Amino acid sequence: MNTENKSYTISIYTENNLGLLNRVSAIFLKRHINIESLTTSQSEIENVNRFVIVAAMTEHQAYKIVGQLEKQIEVIKAYAHTDEETIYQETALFKVASDSLFDERQIQNIIKDSHANIVTVSREFFVIEKTGRRHETEQLYQDLKPYKLMQFVRSGRISVTKEQMNISKMLAAF
Amino acid sequence: MLFNTIVMETKTQTTTKTSQEKITHISGAEAVVKCLLAEGVDLLYGYPGGAIMPIYDELYKYQDQLQHVLTRHEQGATHSAQGYARVTGKVGVAMATSGPGATNLVTGIADAQIDSTPMVCITGQVGKHLLGTDAFQETDIVGISTPVTKWNYQITEASEIPEVLAKAFYIARSGRPGPVLIDITKNAQFDTFDFEYKKCTSIRSYKAVPDVDEERLLAAAELVNTAKKPLIVFGQGVILGEAEAEFKALIEKTGIPAAWTILGLSAIPSKHPLNVGMVGMHGNYGPNKLTNECDLLIAIGMRFDDRVTGDLSRYAKQAKVIHFDIDPAEIDKNVKTDVAVLGDSKETLAKILPLVHENSHESWLQEFRDFDAIEFDKVIKDELYPTEGGITMGEVLKEINQVTKGKAVIVSDVGQHQMFACRYAEFKQSKSNITSGGLGTMGFALPAAIGAKMGAPEREVIAIIGDGGYQMTIQELGTIFQTKAAVKIVVLNNEFLGMVRQWQQLFFDKRYASTEMTNPDFVTIAKGYHIDAQRVKKRENLTAAIEEMIASKDSYFLEVCVEKENNVFPMIPTGASVSDIRLS
Repeated sequence: MNTENKSYTISIYTENNLGLLNRVSAIFLKRHINIESLTTSQSEIENVNRFVIVAAMTEHQAYKIVGQLEKQIEVIKAYAHTDEETIYQETALFKVASDSLFDERQIQNIIKDSHANIVTVSREFFVIEKTGRRHETEQLYQDLKPYKLMQFVRSGRISVTKEQMNISKMLAAF
Repeated sequence: MLFNTIVMETKTQTTTKTSQEKITHISGAEAVVKCLLAEGVDLLYGYPGGAIMPIYDELYKYQDQLQHVLTRHEQGATHSAQGYARVTGKVGVAMATSGPGATNLVTGIADAQIDSTPMVCITGQVGKHLLGTDAFQETDIVGISTPVTKWNYQITEASEIPEVLAKAFYIARSGRPGPVLIDITKNAQFDTFDFEYKKCTSIRSYKAVPDVDEERLLAAAELVNTAKKPLIVFGQGVILGEAEAEFKALIEKTGIPAAWTILGLSAIPSKHPLNVGMVGMHGNYGPNKLTNECDLLIAIGMRFDDRVTGDLSRYAKQAKVIHFDIDPAEIDKNVKTDVAVLGDSKETLAKILPLVHENSHESWLQEFRDFDAIEFDKVIKDELYPTEGGITMGEVLKEINQVTKGKAVIVSDVGQHQMFACRYAEFKQSKSNITSGGLGTMGFALPAAIGAKMGAPEREVIAIIGDGGYQMTIQELGTIFQTKAAVKIVVLNNEFLGMVRQWQQLFFDKRYASTEMTNPDFVTIAKGYHIDAQRVKKRENLTAAIEEMIASKDSYFLEVCVEKENNVFPMIPTGASVSDIRLS
């Protein structure tokens, strides 16, 4: 059995019910697996939510986690995917003091080269948004760090799979 | 009573829908009672309190249709509901108020979850407007119970009650059964609405029973037909699926020896020639030893608990493994399977029967008998037929077998006496062994025996309890006194927390840290509840005492003072392999 820890993206299709987040996270907690990121949103199907959870675990743990998740009454289907099997992105927001935009010419080049967007500009600060893989937002963070970075926040991973999901078919079959 | 009738009449206004369905305008509290009745509930266990008073008020009005048993602690209510569920196969129901009432249910809920017992718990909750205010007796029981329930839900509007309770019962009993908790805010109990009940038969995100894959059945049958040394290990899945007859037919046709987990016990008669005994930590010598000799291990409705498998890396490594289970999450969880057959045991076992060949495994069975002879010589003989020293726990079980002829329901608590009860009690009928298996809840047996007796009033129900566990729920003697439940209680008193003491002796150099008990006069306590009682200290008085207990039409308490420092053997030490099982 492969005992090596790998990053897995756990995708869970669920009913949109109160308390389900607690039930889902408890399954990770019980097995002492730390959740690296978690997002939840509406999915492609009306009234069906999708959790995207990133966590490091072994292949066997990923298999068992999926089994325990699917066992929950309001979980429709769960999957574990490796990074290679998904297309994923994260979004980061950077709040920078406005004076650095004018005082430091370099910062304009950083924004241009990173293909980041300026979301808003005010007298005191401006906000940059960057969507991409972790290493891209991380790079921008490192680049902006010297220039009075007032706030930084990064979203959890969102991902879609390369393979088909067929959730609607599954729902019809229950 | 007149007053009640008037209240009911003013509250219940019946309107008729266009169809034949009757819709009545009633309170949420009354709706709860009507839902229970619609689900066939005629008995529930609980304890009232502020946040659930409206429902209790309705229980008062409906007491001729629905019996409420007041336990002496909410934990007792859950265990009684469990005992009732285990002996009947029906859903047990427990009720409690908010806050401490609700938190006291948690142990029983966790026990029901790990032992797959169908149970619905209903808790009162503070009014919706008070949620999150740290109101008096407010606690987040939905949050607390999430990891130990199959499903839970908080109702805050009366109109949700019928649908949610219908779902609760469906979820609790279907598929792999389990506990469901429904928390109902006080306003939802008081508010009125148009009540209409429809049973739940499916939930779109929940597949209760997996479809049977015929190809896997064929693959499994192929392995069964070619195996030279096959071994079946069965668990409670056979009982929960009510597949005892199908199971018996399968082993008799194939001639395969069958060993059981403690929750599988009683699914086939103890004396069946293919019943080769118990697996696991204190199981029988043969099935444990031969788990590491068989060429095919057929697991049926069991989950490879660590107390069954010992060290997984040295568990049945030489064998191919077939796993029959209703729960897909159990497949490959602990032991890698070659063929997994998903589905309800009643269906899968019936379907594999025509695919397997008639066979007998005489020389292989002889290996089990040879190990049995060794175990009898080294362990069982002294346990059941001692000639000196104090009374042993095993001989108490042997005497009970003789008097009851193996027809009783045996409810055991947790510890040494439990292992003796499971090893030595004889059964002729399924659903007769009730014990806390997965969670190992001390204090389980007394309240569970009350539930079992009420679920099977025509049967003899005997609780076998240690002096430690007895004192964890001893207050339920009050429930026995009040309800006149004719439970027979046997306390095997060794003045120790015996199982922990045994481990201290074997693995902690006899440092008996907090395991010695200074006990009260149990007979006097039982008599305080007007329960007939006696104490036995001498071997020569044991049989007569047990006969007197069984002859009693009422509840009876028997304390047997047993040898203080006896140990349960065989034993697989933690971390050892099943084949490293020790006889001393």
